[in-house]
Amino acid sequence: MIIHPRHTQIIAISMLVILTVFTLAILVFIILFVFSKGLPYISFDFLFSNPEDMGKAGGIFPTLIGTIVLPLLAIIIATPLGVGTAVYLTEYTRENRITRIIRFGADCLAGIPSIIFGLFGFIFFVTTLEMGWSIISGSLTLAFMILPTIIRTSEEAIKAVPYSYREVGFSLGATLWQTVRKIVLPNALPGIVTGIMLSIGRSIGETAAVIFTAGSSLRIPNSVFDSIRTMSVHFYILAREGISSKNAYATAAVLIISILLINLVTYWIMNRFIAKKTK
Amino acid sequence: MKVLTEKGIYRLLMIIALSAIAMLLLIVLFILKEGLPFIFITGIRDFLLSSEWKPAAGKFGIFPMLVGSLWVTLGAMIVGVPLGLAGAVFISEFIPRWAMKIIKPTIELLAGIPSVVYGFIGVMVLAPLIRDYFGGPGLSIAAGAIILGIMILPTILSISIDSIKAVPNSYREGAFALGATHWQTIHMVVIPAARSGIVAGIILGLGRAIGETMAVIMVVGNAVKLPGSAFDSVRTLTANIALEMGYATGKHREALFATGVVLLVIIMVLNYFAASAIKRGVKK
Amino acid sequence: MRTKILIRTFFIIIVLIVMISGCGRRKQSITVAGSTAFQPFAEKLADQYMQIYPDAYITIQGGGSAVGIQSALSGAAQIGMADLVTLPEEAKALCSVIVARDGIAVIVNLKNQVNNLTSSQIREIYNGKIDNWKDVGGKDHPITVISREEGSGTRSSFESIIKNVSLTNNAIIQDSNGTVRETVVNDINTIGYISHGLVNDKIKPVLVNGIASTEEEIIKGRYALVRPIFFLTKETPKEKIKDFIDYILSKPGQETIKQNGLIPAK
Repeated sequence: MIIHPRHTQIIAISMLVILTVFTLAILVFIILFVFSKGLPYISFDFLFSNPEDMGKAGGIFPTLIGTIVLPLLAIIIATPLGVGTAVYLTEYTRENRITRIIRFGADCLAGIPSIIFGLFGFIFFVTTLEMGWSIISGSLTLAFMILPTIIRTSEEAIKAVPYSYREVGFSLGATLWQTVRKIVLPNALPGIVTGIMLSIGRSIGETAAVIFTAGSSLRIPNSVFDSIRTMSVHFYILAREGISSKNAYATAAVLIISILLINLVTYWIMNRFIAKKTK
Repeated sequence: MKVLTEKGIYRLLMIIALSAIAMLLLIVLFILKEGLPFIFITGIRDFLLSSEWKPAAGKFGIFPMLVGSLWVTLGAMIVGVPLGLAGAVFISEFIPRWAMKIIKPTIELLAGIPSVVYGFIGVMVLAPLIRDYFGGPGLSIAAGAIILGIMILPTILSISIDSIKAVPNSYREGAFALGATHWQTIHMVVIPAARSGIVAGIILGLGRAIGETMAVIMVVGNAVKLPGSAFDSVRTLTANIALEMGYATGKHREALFATGVVLLVIIMVLNYFAASAIKRGVKK
Repeated sequence: MRTKILIRTFFIIIVLIVMISGCGRRKQSITVAGSTAFQPFAEKLADQYMQIYPDAYITIQGGGSAVGIQSALSGAAQIGMADLVTLPEEAKALCSVIVARDGIAVIVNLKNQVNNLTSSQIREIYNGKIDNWKDVGGKDHPITVISREEGSGTRSSFESIIKNVSLTNNAIIQDSNGTVRETVVNDINTIGYISHGLVNDKIKPVLVNGIASTEEEIIKGRYALVRPIFFLTKETPKEKIKDFIDYILSKPGQETIKQNGLIPAK
């Protein structure tokens, strides 16, 4: 039996519609579920007061600090390394077997489960280097985790800068570094920033690698050698241990809102750069 | 500003690149160093294929976890791939440009939601449903597969949308000119042209599913056994590491690192396939 | 130009970080790590202690009893917490103080009809020999066994008191008292065991050999499932560490322990 193409088209497209609606429905459900249970409990007090009774009551202020400090430090450590590596790979060496191996290595590491980084960070930073569960161990581990992403995205962004731009630089008598600094990097910046923002998002959402390296202390830290808890870890502990589902949902809602904000900032930066370039 | 000469910068960048690579190598070597000796002493066969995991009694067989990881990941693919693909095709081929501007950021937002949130929804909403309708403890392969499947949807969706969008319009016009219907154009021209990107997206999603830890610990129940059905509890490789890492000393710790080595190898193989899939696409 | 400044600040910050990490760590902070069963109580005690002595800084970490022993040995924590019936061989080198005692309650879902189990019934259930509630006086529905992970102090205490437990393969493994409790709250078929101090009204503790896991029965020594909670230190505790341990053993400290559902050390 041969079905007329027009009929297969109708069947296929209605299938697509059903599946798409279903997919979007699930995804929207998740956001709405968390917001409906969490938003009512978010208040100024919730954000900026200390938790009491292991998080059963009170706010999430220390975890807010943790969520800002850990990814920030990780980015500060990983960005120069990652962008520097990308510049070196794209501008200062020729494509050869070694760069291919490095790239394959970075790709493999980008796919490594975070728990492996946690395992490494726990044994290496926390135990061997005796840094203990601390902000510094946690952010170093996170830096390792996001380094491959930053290398790869920066590399793509730098490669996407047309070669003619560089030629203009060279023809004006600029050195390689001057060309890189004044022409290539500014033009690659939106791509690099996207990579960084992606990495921030990933570090904020990370639980497995953080809980084993930064610990889960609920106090406001005195120094980078103190343990800290991020919002994701806080949510995990609240939800898992059944301490307070109300505070757990509220924390999750704050998390989603912060990720939304980060995404919006990324879009804004990208648009600004694109607008500038077309001007 | 003549402190950094051209040569100095070259050296500096080389040092940065080498140290970044060294850092990454350090991790791999560290894991291998801690894990490989154990695998060789125990014997690869015993370690991979024995199903007794009793660290206190010195029995380390990760077969149940291998099977667990396999089923959960496979299940996640069964859930995530058709939904993700259908969604990507529909969104990129039929949705007008203005709607895309809303849908794409939403998908990216969902990709950023911490996995523990998905896990918790799995425990609160999905596990009771499975327990009531299918029996068993509810915390099961099925729960894990569905939650992971949903979790990898944004990854598959956004990469597939990008690669379908990247197919030049002239391809579609060519097909239409030959009298093909829209659906024929999609499944005979557009999807094959975007194949490598779609495959890359799926493999990335696969990697994320295998590597996910905390969400999986929450929903699969973590029993060390060979599952009899999709509604049995299992433990995955990642869960095995995370659950016991805190305690591990001596042999037990080595065994967990060895589990890490196995995971690493699986990811490497997957990446290799992803890389060659992308390369095939480029060559064409 | 801007990128240059950016790169320079990055480097300065990195150098700073390296410098900070160069000059020794931990001024006066005390890290306490280990038993997840005692963690909430330690948290409360530390809060109280820090209110009295504002210059003290104590952080509490979970991880489990084995972590407590390991981190005390390695120095990752100044005080390790362990809740084991007998301390393992490697902990013999550490100084130990019993700061409290804790019963282990065997818990079931509120809707479960079973109210009493004997030690041998519990053993058979955890060994997988009994797998339906009707065999122990309940209704006809399957038993889902919930246990803790390998290395948990609660699990090893539970198994060494119940004796000859070789855990069934079907057991669901959860990694803290709280998660065991949550799983039991959500599923009528389950049986689990948690610290007496964490029993609440969402689950039902069963009588073990006819005796309830109440404070009274535990102090009298009639309830079977009891284990001590140790604080472990590498050397004889002194200065800040000693002050904190002394505070826990003092009257107000023990009173806090008692109010929150644990049993005082003496």
